[in-house]
Amino acid sequence: MADEEDIILSELSDDELVLQMHDDLYDGLKEEIEEAVNILLGRGWAPYDVLTKALVAGMTIVGYDFRDGILFVPEVLLAANAMKAGMAILKPLLAETGAPRMGKMVIGTVKGDIHDIGKNLVSMMMEGAGFEVVDLGINNAVEKYLDALEAEKPDILGMSALLTTTMPYMKVVIDTLKEKGMRDDYVVLVGGAPLNEEFGKAIGADAYCRDAAVAVETAKQFMSRKHNQTA
Amino acid sequence: MSDLLSKLLAERDWLMADGATGTNLFNMGLEAGEAPELWNEAKPENIRALYRGAVEAGSDIFLTNSFGGNAARLKLHNAQGRARALNRIAAELGREIADAAGRPVVVAGSMGPTGEIMAPMGSLTHESAVEIFHEQAEGLKEGGADVLWVETISAPEEYAAAAEAARLAGMPWCGTMSFDTAGRTMMGVTSAAMVDLVEKLPNPPLAFGANCGVGASDLMRTLLGFVAQGTERPIIAKGNAGIPKYHDGHIHYDGTPALMAEYAVLARDAGAKIIGGCCGTMPEHLKAMHKALSERPRGPRPTLERIAEVLGPFSSASDGTGDDAGAPRERRRRRG
Repeated sequence: MADEEDIILSELSDDELVLQMHDDLYDGLKEEIEEAVNILLGRGWAPYDVLTKALVAGMTIVGYDFRDGILFVPEVLLAANAMKAGMAILKPLLAETGAPRMGKMVIGTVKGDIHDIGKNLVSMMMEGAGFEVVDLGINNAVEKYLDALEAEKPDILGMSALLTTTMPYMKVVIDTLKEKGMRDDYVVLVGGAPLNEEFGKAIGADAYCRDAAVAVETAKQFMSRKHNQTA
Repeated sequence: MSDLLSKLLAERDWLMADGATGTNLFNMGLEAGEAPELWNEAKPENIRALYRGAVEAGSDIFLTNSFGGNAARLKLHNAQGRARALNRIAAELGREIADAAGRPVVVAGSMGPTGEIMAPMGSLTHESAVEIFHEQAEGLKEGGADVLWVETISAPEEYAAAAEAARLAGMPWCGTMSFDTAGRTMMGVTSAAMVDLVEKLPNPPLAFGANCGVGASDLMRTLLGFVAQGTERPIIAKGNAGIPKYHDGHIHYDGTPALMAEYAVLARDAGAKIIGGCCGTMPEHLKAMHKALSERPRGPRPTLERIAEVLGPFSSASDGTGDDAGAPRERRRRRG
């Protein structure tokens, strides 16, 4: 690309720069994202606007193309890495300004299931979309989920299973939440290769998420519903 | 061509591989979360029964119970120090069953993915991956495996690392990937890209192909994708017995023995030389597949329409190889 003119991020207008950031996220360009975040902050942008208009909006495009089979895991991981680098700059500022949170998720693979690639991808993409993620790792018994829900007070509980033999355990967790009267306090999302929508409904989850991109989209939809209800 | 698999590939029109390992072991009482490889030592009789089930159903090749037997996976069970021994025993038990079969049966040393994401996206370096696979390969070799059988791989880097491990162990090998994401592997590899990857390796596999994934129809489409590249290398098809369904707290695969028999014949007609099953494929499925392969004459290469008609619809509109595959988004400008 040497014949094309180099882009000087600091010379772009705000609108141009934001569009450029969407491209750079798409290409997983971490340093460029860090630079652009600092430029926008330097121009007086609110940290929350940088997060939503530049980073989250850019990752949404990445998510759509992942969902549609245009981008695949390697590209998405690079994009999420770039996003996280930008997020690291914004995080302390967001806390200071009391900006609204995107949401918080507790996630883990269920008891008996040690397959974690899918769960890790969801964690990375959720963080990439600005969510706070508490990762419980693999092989979680119902008590472990309950303890984490009480300690972390998340908006969303995510459960993952790769094995057909472990997916019924998701129902055990949901049934326990119901018994304890906690079910309605959380949005429960489930995922994993052998699952499907029918299964998600059968066990009483709020939604089944086919892949990490769908998980992010679904989480955002539930969060906006929640904001609308409390507004 | 001194190894048994090369010999059989040269002599025979098709070879049948085995079915599921996990599904069979769960039916024998393996608890979810338990590492199946620990049974090689703790319950060898069950592992013998697993192997015997495939051999008695007519399999020419069966895979050892060592899929998750690499140090990276065994670490989740604090058994990372036993990788070599568990693999050796998996192959020894296999040798025992194969040698008693009364006909040539290939003991294929199963090597599944590390479960880690490779650099630069993840933390697993090429060197570490080779070391992990090499240790497993040496164990399988010691136990008497005829060939190494790398399977369910999604990243090209990991496939290459396993190939290097086979070279270091001085073993012939086969390797399949799992195409489960819109016709590609999770890491975006298309059927065409895999053919390219395979042929560029310094020590290409004896045979390559696809296993697991979404269902028999998708696997057949991947198979046609391999064939379209004009490869001369034997192709492996190991598809799941349908798709898992949830009924009253239990899961079962909806693929019947009759459906798997259709799949086996279509896979052969499409150009696969080694045909087997994956998740959900039990001895009764294998028997039906073997019967169909033995009795039914070779037919024309099936079209996508024919595959969908016999085996059911595809999970995605495209497999990422044709002109209709999604194109990356238009860039505004590229930076220099």
